[in-house]
Amino acid sequence: MLTTFSELVEQKQPETATNRETSAKPPATKIETKDLSFFYGANQALFDVTMAIPEKSVTAFIGPSGCGKSTFLRTINRMNDIIDGAHLTGQVLIAKEDIYAANVDVVELRKRVGMVFQKSTPFPKSIFDNIAYGPKIAGMRKKSMLAEIVERSLKRAALWDEVKDRLQDSALALSGGQQQRLCIARALATDPEILLMDEPASALDPVSTARIEDLVFELKQEYTIVIVTHNMQQAARISDRSAFFLQGRLIEVGPTKQIFTNPNEKQTEDYITGRFG
Amino acid sequence: MSIHLTRDLEGLHKQLLEMCGMVENIIHQAVAQLSEPSYEEARKLAVQDDAIDEFDVRIEEDCLKILALHQPVAVDLRRITAVLKISAELERVADLGVHIAERACGMLDRPGIHVPEKLKQMAQKAVEMVHNSIDAYVELDSALARKVCADDDNVDRLNVEIIDEICQAMHDSPDLIEQAMHLFSASRHVERVADHATNIAEDVVYLVEGEIIRHRTYIQDKNLQAQ
Repeated sequence: MLTTFSELVEQKQPETATNRETSAKPPATKIETKDLSFFYGANQALFDVTMAIPEKSVTAFIGPSGCGKSTFLRTINRMNDIIDGAHLTGQVLIAKEDIYAANVDVVELRKRVGMVFQKSTPFPKSIFDNIAYGPKIAGMRKKSMLAEIVERSLKRAALWDEVKDRLQDSALALSGGQQQRLCIARALATDPEILLMDEPASALDPVSTARIEDLVFELKQEYTIVIVTHNMQQAARISDRSAFFLQGRLIEVGPTKQIFTNPNEKQTEDYITGRFG
Repeated sequence: MSIHLTRDLEGLHKQLLEMCGMVENIIHQAVAQLSEPSYEEARKLAVQDDAIDEFDVRIEEDCLKILALHQPVAVDLRRITAVLKISAELERVADLGVHIAERACGMLDRPGIHVPEKLKQMAQKAVEMVHNSIDAYVELDSALARKVCADDDNVDRLNVEIIDEICQAMHDSPDLIEQAMHLFSASRHVERVADHATNIAEDVVYLVEGEIIRHRTYIQDKNLQAQ
């Protein structure tokens, strides 16, 4: 009887360790919402959203305009508190603590949860003062420490080399892409645990966009990043997990690789392939 | 979905269907050569194979263009990657068709050995698998695709039996070795055709279900062993 080639190979090569993925411990949950509903007055913008976001990872929120993804993002650092008539039901937990509990200091919370917006919003101050602003209002006065924080934050935001010789220049003189990285540096200056980004690259050219995306990849080693984006390819490129929202409801959340190759829900597929509506 | 992507995907689909039709034709004719070999027919197949090669290159170029321009996702992404791979498989099937015809002709000048009935049977099965895998692609029928994968085991079994017979024939009549080697190759080529049909069927399962079933048993066995 013939001996097959594979039989020969198996005879000659004893079993070695397989390259099977080791069952690594799943990352801890950093942010968790339970039955979160949000209302702008009588209008309900979010419906019973329950989601867990793992730490030190990038989670992208996708969905059409008005689907509630930005509203959801803003509940994570209570940015919606300032809107008249807005209220929510359900829970938002960060590291298992309810951030809407009565004893929570919102200023303290926003130090832990930094935010970067679509349009860069530098203060009309010097580059140095933009970054030092957060630590200063938190009570830090020592110049050497402030300088250290400014340098570290700018380095983390991959802006240091471009601005180190002109820290006293106005931040408004920077380019759009640099201003956006300045805002990221400013958010990092208070040493947050979480970084929320609402369309951080939508107003930037492709080169500046790529720099922000590279930066997100670097930052996720230390921070939990949640990003809202309309750019499907960007979500696919930079996020570990993606969540698809539609009309205030969370339709699907899962590993980005799966969402963009084989989503479970028809609505997700219709949206990401542009067959929507 | 944008009109541009729709148009490009439809164009791609049309090209692949045309290629499928031509490859099926080639493999049919090649298998017929096992019963009635003819140099003339074998040469015609080689010419048809050139057209298939052109299809393969054109389809690959179009797939790359779509990937670069539209960055498709989900079912569109699976469609493009499936087409890209199926086209490469079809191109190999056409090559094998030409090789089978060449081997059949190789026996023309060397009488004394007959093409075993089993080889003809196996060739019919392989042709049927190619046909079914293409049907599965057109109909997006993953159940039919899975059946094609299962059918491959029968072809493999037949191939082993045929090769046993050929070895025995060489043993009994060493003067027939040259003819027997042609048969041996022809049998292997037919078996490879069935393998390519299986690959196409696996691509169809991925296209329809988003699941990669290639090497499934092997990987499962490995995982079981590791546990």
